[in-house]
Amino acid sequence: MNKIDWAAFPDARGHFGPYGGRFVSETLMGALDELQQVYERYIGDPEFMAELDHDLKQFVGRPNPLYHAERLSRELGGAQIYLKREDLNHTGAHKVNNTIGQALLAKKLGKKRIIAETGAGQHGVATATVAARLGLECVIYMGEEDTRRQSQNVYRMRLLGAEVVGVKSGTRTLKDALNEAMRDWVTNVDDTFYIIGTVAGPHPYPAMVRDFQAVIGREAREQHLAMTGKLPDTLVACVGGGSNAIGLFHPFLGDESVAMIGVEAGGDGVETGRHSAPLCAGQPGVLHGNRTYLMEDENGQIIGTHSVSAGLDYPGVGPEHAWLKDIGRVDYVSVTDDQALAGFHRLTRTEGIIPALETSHAIAHVLDLAPEMRPDQSIIINLSGRGDKDLNTVAEREGITL
Amino acid sequence: MSRIEQRFAELREQNRAALIPYVTAGDPEPGATVPLMHALVEAGADLIELGVPFSDPMADGPVIQKACERALRFGTGLRDVLAMVAEFRKSDTTTPVVLMGYLNPVERMGYDAFAETAQAAGLDGLLTVDLPPEESEDVVGLLEQSGIDPIFLIAPTTSETRIDHVARAARGFVYYVSLKGVTGSQSLDVSALSARLDGLRRHTGLPLGVGFGIRDAETAAQVARVADAVVVGSAIVRLAEEHDGDGDGFARAAAAVVREMRSAMDAARSPGAPATV
Ligand SMILES: Cc1ncc(COP(=O)(O)O)c(C=O)c1O
Repeated sequence: MNKIDWAAFPDARGHFGPYGGRFVSETLMGALDELQQVYERYIGDPEFMAELDHDLKQFVGRPNPLYHAERLSRELGGAQIYLKREDLNHTGAHKVNNTIGQALLAKKLGKKRIIAETGAGQHGVATATVAARLGLECVIYMGEEDTRRQSQNVYRMRLLGAEVVGVKSGTRTLKDALNEAMRDWVTNVDDTFYIIGTVAGPHPYPAMVRDFQAVIGREAREQHLAMTGKLPDTLVACVGGGSNAIGLFHPFLGDESVAMIGVEAGGDGVETGRHSAPLCAGQPGVLHGNRTYLMEDENGQIIGTHSVSAGLDYPGVGPEHAWLKDIGRVDYVSVTDDQALAGFHRLTRTEGIIPALETSHAIAHVLDLAPEMRPDQSIIINLSGRGDKDLNTVAEREGITL
Repeated sequence: MSRIEQRFAELREQNRAALIPYVTAGDPEPGATVPLMHALVEAGADLIELGVPFSDPMADGPVIQKACERALRFGTGLRDVLAMVAEFRKSDTTTPVVLMGYLNPVERMGYDAFAETAQAAGLDGLLTVDLPPEESEDVVGLLEQSGIDPIFLIAPTTSETRIDHVARAARGFVYYVSLKGVTGSQSLDVSALSARLDGLRRHTGLPLGVGFGIRDAETAAQVARVADAVVVGSAIVRLAEEHDGDGDGFARAAAAVVREMRSAMDAARSPGAPATV
């Protein structure tokens, strides 16, 4: 592979090769220009970055540990496994890294109202949390199917003062919540800031969310070097929209010795068609403001997705991942619902850490990968969130009534 | 001269504004669409905007979302829609037809295949709401070679510099989105609209169409005084919901609305009509 200047992506108009860009209705173009300007102005600004760092430290609890999962490593008998503990962040997932950053930008723009879409509810909770802290009005769109699956998070958001709108259109999951949030934004664009929860959407969201999440990889890189004196061999993260994965991967892209694997939700298995794995089994198209890999039919209609984890139940993926796949820098694989459940139990029993079902996909892949590697090699898993929100889902699948 | 240019030239001569009904192809069922198009023309439509059903109509309000869902029950896809245009063209060679929808179905079909099939079908324009001029260079070139006008939107939020950009890329007519919001919203402010259109005319000589928020004959007449074309969507599509499963009933109801709008618009433009809004 030729040397790539990773910092040069995306280009000025938000393209990662053929992917990304800005495919939205004309009404939003001005707001996106405005957002891009404020983001570009502040993302390198020392005062803004100091404010962001302060919040990440005092409110989120960063830096979180890079934990050596010794028992799991020993049991698997291969590579040393390290867990980047995003589950220990305030609100229990990586999502808050991004909402803290975007909420600061909303403040700079003087917006009084925050909206967001959510699938598992983690991004919704992280958004409602920062809105409560800043005293901003907050509306969260969530597919009705997901409000049912993640009812605890719905309640958490309401406690935090957010209005949660159940979305009844389409498949009633994350993609429809995103559609509805876009409709709100186009209607209330003057006073409203839309906090997108992953590295998707129109430019500058994929780049901006990545920059806010890259704190994961920066910390992990430093921590791994301090603990072992070398770089990790492999990084593994689950991929829904792709924000926790890109957050871990991005600071390592220039380290050619570091392999990276994104794990998509295989649902019942990609061969069944009931899955959420656009990078493994989809093809390029345009949805939600960017060009990327999508799950669609022969007419270009977006098709229903399936995953046991609401946070991975999305037919698209961030455009940077589409590009990293095409150029071969990152490998993308999928694991099934059943494998993810096995990963969930294995980590819980072996290390005393209950992971989110999204995260369990990354763990499941490592259960197969680690034994193929040597004990002097290492893997970092992005432990993107904790599993409290999923206890009902897991119990239900196993025939237990709580 | 393209069919769209021809139509606007005729209307200008008659001092009339174009009436452009929007219907979603395949709603309430695939067989209903071509007879509906003829009925709309008969009732006074000058140009037809035919919606391509999409699973994720982000720029649309509930009325057109539901129309897409009804059409998708039968799997109506872009190729089917182009076949409807071809069928319509067999007996109507003068009424321009513009497809309105989202980019992904066109991407999936492939720009080349789309341009070729659309030209053969006798399509006149393409409006993809999620394709701003910045991302449209590839498509626009191909469309122009095939004699299909790329139609672009201008919104209340479009800046002066962007207006020039959009106006340069646009052909046929410019579609001014009258309000911030999705289709079917209800807060059109006609006096603000008038000032905005005057501003736009300094940037483009293309006819200016106005859509979003035109819900009855009265609003249509008010807009007809200041714009070159009036686009009516949800007010018509709403009727399909009432006539689900009854294509003929929908066509009759839609034609009645168009007829009423037509006469109100023509009266508003007639020499004796009061000039105020
Ligand atoms: C814990 C956790 N991990 C991962 C994801 C997937 O999102 P992304 O791919 O953007 O990291 C979610 C989304 O809700 C989540 O809650």
